Amino acid sequence: MAAMLEMIGGNGWALLGAALAVILAGCGSAYGVGVAGQAACGVVTEDPGKFAQVLILQLLPGTQGIYGLLIAFVALSRYGLLGGGGMELTVAQGLMVLAACLPIGIVGLISARHQGKTAVAAIGIVAKKPDQFGKAMLFPAMVETYAILALLISILALPTI
Amino acid sequence: MSKTQYAYAVARIRALEVSLFSASTIEQLIACKDDETAIRFLQERGWGSADVPADADAILTREREKIWETIGEMHVDMDVFDVLSYTSWFHNLKAAVKEVCTGKSGANIFYEGTPIPKGELVRIIKEKDYKALPENMQAAAEEAVDALLHSGDGQLCDVIIDRATMEAIKEAGRAAEDEIICDYAESTVAVANIKIAVRASKTAKTLEFMKRAMAPCDTLNIDSLAHAALAGMDSIIEYLNGNGYAEGAQALKESPSAFERWCDNRIIQTIKPQKSNPFSVGPLVAYVIARENEIKTVRIILTCKQNGLSDDSIRERVREMYV
Repeated sequence: MAAMLEMIGGNGWALLGAALAVILAGCGSAYGVGVAGQAACGVVTEDPGKFAQVLILQLLPGTQGIYGLLIAFVALSRYGLLGGGGMELTVAQGLMVLAACLPIGIVGLISARHQGKTAVAAIGIVAKKPDQFGKAMLFPAMVETYAILALLISILALPTI
Repeated sequence: MSKTQYAYAVARIRALEVSLFSASTIEQLIACKDDETAIRFLQERGWGSADVPADADAILTREREKIWETIGEMHVDMDVFDVLSYTSWFHNLKAAVKEVCTGKSGANIFYEGTPIPKGELVRIIKEKDYKALPENMQAAAEEAVDALLHSGDGQLCDVIIDRATMEAIKEAGRAAEDEIICDYAESTVAVANIKIAVRASKTAKTLEFMKRAMAPCDTLNIDSLAHAALAGMDSIIEYLNGNGYAEGAQALKESPSAFERWCDNRIIQTIKPQKSNPFSVGPLVAYVIARENEIKTVRIILTCKQNGLSDDSIRERVREMYV
């Protein structure tokens, strides 16, 4: 086990953390934006006038992917892994970076999927009652809370070296 | 098909539901002074199309076509909707059996757009090639032909095919993955059984006749219902009151047209929860039933207008709307 940890090295674990933040949160956002996009297309097929409203709702689950990217970017740039000339992290430091990246990766994946489904339901509200757009937007926005909490923890947990 | 795969279709249906007639729109239609004004009112709301004449039948036929054009554009599994068409498929079977056995042509009584065209259906019955029919029609077709040829009893033929229709609907409900199909099947069969009990009671039919006509369902015991029908209308009302059909019992007490209205309203109440379902095929099925109900209601109003019935008489016959 210790040999495997050493073999990958501190920088390797840090890179894995950054990759997971982007991959997991990005996959969640892709699913969420995709399913909400299908619903948005359904509404625009019948009523193109609602394009702007449903587009906003479609984009809501896209934020988790951005958070994942942000964490990965912060991690890579903080330890000089971006653009070369980086520091040599110990295995312990690398694992700490990996652990710090996991909250946004995992919570991003799950919250984006649920936000996508909630956005679909909200698009259903806008389809029937466009004047209720503000209220409709609040429901998927509530899911965002947990992605922001995970983002916060990931940023705070990234170790200062 | 994953439930989220219906996201596009359901959202499109939500947008379309805005144009469904509400109770207030129906009230406006009733307020039209005659059928011509009512037809103009419908045309102003997009009913019919540019190439359809200002004729009630033509407009309503076009509206039925529009339902299936819309559903077809959504690229969903169309087999799910088969259960909604069973009544027309079995109606055509009934028409074909009667045409072959009596030799009288009923060209205009066949529904169009069924999987087996009229000519083919008549050939199947004529040549007794029952294997060419869907499995749920085969036994009923053979039994109905035998019954009509041997006894000449058209009503017996109807009873056999109508029961097969209900059994096919119930079976489709049992086999369906979607709850709405299951609920729709149960409501349809239960309501059909209640209708049979009411009519059999009025025409003093035997217990055997009723048992032969009724199809088993989960919410009603057909044996008890048939016995209640034998005892009279009050017994049916009492039975319905004690078995979750109190509204039906109340409608039965009120008037025959109130009872007929309740029968349709029961189906609409079954599908109403789909208004808040963002995924699955449920809202699509509900939309088709709602549109069919809307067209039926408009047909009732136009027919009443053509026959000079008062607005109150029309209101008594108007069905509950989905939206």
